[in-house]
Amino acid sequence: MFGTFSLFDSAFVAIVLLSLKVTLTAVGCAGLVGLPLGAALALGRFPGRPVIIVIVNAFMGLPPVVAGLAVFLLLSRSGPLGGFGLLFSPAAMVVAQFSLVLPIIIALTRQTIEDLWGEYRDQLTSMGAGPLRAIPTLIWDARFSLVTGLLAGLGRAFAEVGAILIVGGNIAGFTRTMTTAIALETSKGDLPLALGLGAVLMALTLAINGLALAVSRLGARFAG
Amino acid sequence: MLRRLITTAVLAAAVLGPVTGPGQAEDRFITVASTTSTQDSGLFGYILPIFEAKTGIKVKVVAQGTGQALDTGRRGDADVVFVHARAAELKFLEEGFSTKRSPVMYNDFIVVGPKSDPAGIAGSKDVAAALKTIAEKKIPFVSRGDKSGTHMAELALWKVAGLDLAAIRGEWYREIGQGMGATLNTAGAMLGYALSDRATWIAFKNKGDLAIAVEGDKRLFNQYGVMLVNPAKFPAVKVADGQAFIDWLISADGQKVISEYKIDGQQLFFPNANDPNA
Repeated sequence: MFGTFSLFDSAFVAIVLLSLKVTLTAVGCAGLVGLPLGAALALGRFPGRPVIIVIVNAFMGLPPVVAGLAVFLLLSRSGPLGGFGLLFSPAAMVVAQFSLVLPIIIALTRQTIEDLWGEYRDQLTSMGAGPLRAIPTLIWDARFSLVTGLLAGLGRAFAEVGAILIVGGNIAGFTRTMTTAIALETSKGDLPLALGLGAVLMALTLAINGLALAVSRLGARFAG
Repeated sequence: MLRRLITTAVLAAAVLGPVTGPGQAEDRFITVASTTSTQDSGLFGYILPIFEAKTGIKVKVVAQGTGQALDTGRRGDADVVFVHARAAELKFLEEGFSTKRSPVMYNDFIVVGPKSDPAGIAGSKDVAAALKTIAEKKIPFVSRGDKSGTHMAELALWKVAGLDLAAIRGEWYREIGQGMGATLNTAGAMLGYALSDRATWIAFKNKGDLAIAVEGDKRLFNQYGVMLVNPAKFPAVKVADGQAFIDWLISADGQKVISEYKIDGQQLFFPNANDPNA
C-alpha cells in the first residue's frame, strides 16, 4: 500500500475503490438532503428566499480549496468539531465533497422544480395538492432532469483534488484517491504514471456518465 | 428512476464498505506529520512496512513542508512530527508542543541547475559563492517558498552568502510555494537553479536537463529530528504508540533499516541518533 505502485496492482485498485466510495457517499448524501431542500426552495414562499437562492447559486462555484480549508478548520483537533478526530480520514473527505456537491444539487433541483411547478400548478392545485404535498410528485416527475444535477455533482466530486488533499492528507493506503495520487506522482516527477492514472480517471468518469445515460434512457422507456 | 439511482448509490456505498473513520476496531494507528522529502524519496515506503510488521502499529503519514508539519502538530492533528529544520524544531519545543526532540538521521542539500550551467557554478563546493553568482547574473532561481525545512535552509544560505534577499530579489527569484518535486519540475522547465535535499533529487524521475551544480559544502548539512506531540496540550495524542515509533526510529534496529534504504545503490539517509549535537 506504500510508495510507488503500478497500474492494476492491489494498491491501485484500493485507490480507485476509495475514490468511488468517497464520491458516491458524498453525492448520495447530498442528493438525499439537496433534492428535498431544492424542491422546498422552489415552492416555498418566505422572506429572504431570493437571498438564499443567490447564495446557493453562488456556492455552486465554491472553490474546492476554500471548502477544504473550512472543513479542515472545523475538524482539526483545535477546531469546534475536533473531538471526533475526523481530520485526515475518508469521512473528512466525504464532508468536504458533500459541501461542494450540495449547492449544485439544490440549485439545479430548485430550477427544475420551479419550472415544472409553473407548468402543473393549476392542475395540482385543483387536485387539492398544496406546494408542500406536491413536492414528492414533482420530484418524481422531474426525475430524469434531476439525474443531470446528480451527475454534475458526481463529476465535480470525482474530479476534485483541492479539498480532499487538505482534509484527507493524501495518506498512502488510507486517504489517497485517484486525484491526490496524480498530484503526488506529478510532484515526484513520475509523469508517465501520473498520466496513466489520469487516463484511468477519465475512463471511469466516461463509464459512469455512460452508465447513467443508459439507465436513464432505459428508465424513460419503461416509465414512458 | 431517481429513487432507484439514489438507492443504487447508497447500496454501492454500502457494498464498497462504510467510509472508515478512525477509531474502528482493526485500526491501531498513529498519525505522523512529516516532510515531502521523506515521502517523495520513498523512505517511508521502505521503513514503515517493516515497523508495522514488528509492532502492528500502522503509521499514517501526512507529508507536508516542515513548517506546515509543525503547525499540524501545533493544532494537535498529529501524534508525531518528523521534520528537518533544527531551529524551527527547537522553537516547537520551547512553545511546549513537545517535551523532547530526538535526532534521527541526516543527508545533505545540493544546488541543482541546468546542465548548460548559465551561472557557471557547476562543480563548485562553495554554496555561498554560487548563490552570489546566481544573484549577480540574475539567473532564474526557483524557491520552495513554503516554509519547509528546505526553504528555511535556503533562506539561511542567502544570509550566509551575505545577501539581503528582500533587497536583491527580482524576477529571477521565483517563489512557487510548492513541494520539492514540484520545485524540481519547475526548475527543469524554466532552466533555473534550485536547492534540493539529496534524497528527493536521487528519487526524482523527471530530471530532464537538470544536474547537480553544487555539493559537498558542509553548510549544506540537513538534519532530521522527531518529536512526540505533547499530550499535556492534546490529550488525544497516542502517547504509547507514538513513542514506540520514535523509540524504534532511534533504536539500533531502526537506524539500520534507515541506512539500508538505497536507490540505485546510493544510500539516501545516514542515521545519527547517537550524535548528541545533531
